[in-house]
Amino acid sequence: MDKEKAITVKNLVKKFGNFIANDNLTFDVYKGEIFGFLGANGAGKTTTLKILCGLSKPTSGQINVAGFNVYTETNKIKNNIGYMSQKFSLYEDLTVYENIRFYGGIYGLKLKDIRKRADELIQKLGLTNVRNELLSSIPLGWKQKLAFSVAIFHHPKIVFLDEPTGGVDPVTRREFWDMIYDAASEGITIIVTTHYMDEAEYCNRVCIMVDGRIEAIDTPAQLIKTYNAANMNDVFIQLARKAKQQ
Amino acid sequence: MNFVEINNISKSYGSHKALLETSFSVKKGELFGVIGPDGAGKTTLFRILTTLLLADSGSARISEYDIFKDYKKIRQIVGYMPGRFSLYQDLTVEENLAFFATIFGTTIKENYELIKDIYVQIEPFKDRQAGKLSGGMKQKLALSCALIHKPEILILDEPTTGVDAVSRKEFWDLLRKFKNMGITIIVSTPYMDEASLCDRVSLMQEGKIMQINTPDNIINNYKPILFEIHSNNMHDLLIKLRKYHNNSNVFLFGQTVHYSSINEINKDDLKMYLKNNGHANVEINVCTPTIEDCFLWLMNQNN
Repeated sequence: MDKEKAITVKNLVKKFGNFIANDNLTFDVYKGEIFGFLGANGAGKTTTLKILCGLSKPTSGQINVAGFNVYTETNKIKNNIGYMSQKFSLYEDLTVYENIRFYGGIYGLKLKDIRKRADELIQKLGLTNVRNELLSSIPLGWKQKLAFSVAIFHHPKIVFLDEPTGGVDPVTRREFWDMIYDAASEGITIIVTTHYMDEAEYCNRVCIMVDGRIEAIDTPAQLIKTYNAANMNDVFIQLARKAKQQ
Repeated sequence: MNFVEINNISKSYGSHKALLETSFSVKKGELFGVIGPDGAGKTTLFRILTTLLLADSGSARISEYDIFKDYKKIRQIVGYMPGRFSLYQDLTVEENLAFFATIFGTTIKENYELIKDIYVQIEPFKDRQAGKLSGGMKQKLALSCALIHKPEILILDEPTTGVDAVSRKEFWDLLRKFKNMGITIIVSTPYMDEASLCDRVSLMQEGKIMQINTPDNIINNYKPILFEIHSNNMHDLLIKLRKYHNNSNVFLFGQTVHYSSINEINKDDLKMYLKNNGHANVEINVCTPTIEDCFLWLMNQNN
């Protein structure tokens, strides 16, 4: 029996001039899976993520995201995914509620629905007291949790998280992963990048990119076994080192 | 005598208290880490030390120089690498380095020996504009520029944030090397695992120092009992463990859950409880805390 696929990538190539950023990538991501996307700075992760989000066209390859073609159906892809990153997520000069309303509006939800769901969300996150405060005045940990909730506010099929926990305190980092697990158990597929290697171990499967290629793809437990390593940090260092020596 | 002495420094931005009566000292030649998440006050502290920001109260000195009265002297002996890339994007690699050397009245040639190990890695790109470098190369250039006037102390604000695990390791090897040359180093990081690479660390949270000690002593000072637990269904294990006992903490740690409590917890009782709640194949072991366990415990005590 085949598991339902949220993303299929076959022979993805992306070139910038003579530089090959993505060199013949092939992988699938299953529905409801937490899929970790790892690689050294410059390994080609961002290039792949941009293609999967419909923001950049591949040079060649067959790629399907949430059932849509990345060459011809990018708008449909954008309607069916959520995105959040550490660097950019919400507007600092809007209030908590205004941010939710803004994103709900962008994704075409009705104002009535936005209001109702915003109330539920604000209560669930414990943000009732700061509902009308500017985002710039609330702590980073709260912002990141809100940003994630906003990224899945329109019930997307897939959500992309680009280093979502950078700089966040160790308690909030773990609360954030609780939210990721909850979303995955509701059937949302999660693609996440991180430099924290303990977080790589929370993923169902991990893909490690080295110099534009997929060097390894498996469950964290199996990778640790294959590379005879103590943890994912060791696996990562072994693989990324190899690249530098070549 | 301590090389850096910080006494009761406080700083507020409006009603937000960024630093609360912070005090510590750093010895000559020491590699001192300031560990904490965003909002801990690390950047504020570093900007005050480097004379870029005035404290509301308190005092500090580096070597024999007061950070307020002798700010010009301080700027000559400090090499500072801010958290945000602050070199000239439209100058080339070599131009940036030459610029910083000239400002400090020296030349690249005069202190080349000091930066050689880092600079050779970016030298092939010396004619490229700094703004067009990759993240890792920008970081190496910024460190070269901070070192080019042969400072007595390096103050590095989150040099490894957003950097991959391999480059982070290489960066710490470099810091060790500079330390061995006699340069005093104060470095901040949100990565708890980097604490063990420092001689001493200060663990900070929301403007307050929770503890200052050697990494080993911070671990020795950890009081709760700590178990490392593994089961087939980790998410459910978390939920069940949270219901087991009051006054305990349950956190994911890589492939295991860390369960800590200030009360006496019997391992066999815990195993039986988990077995009765659908976790037949659990492994429970007493484990040595990491700095992150210590940080989580201290955070909990402070709240």
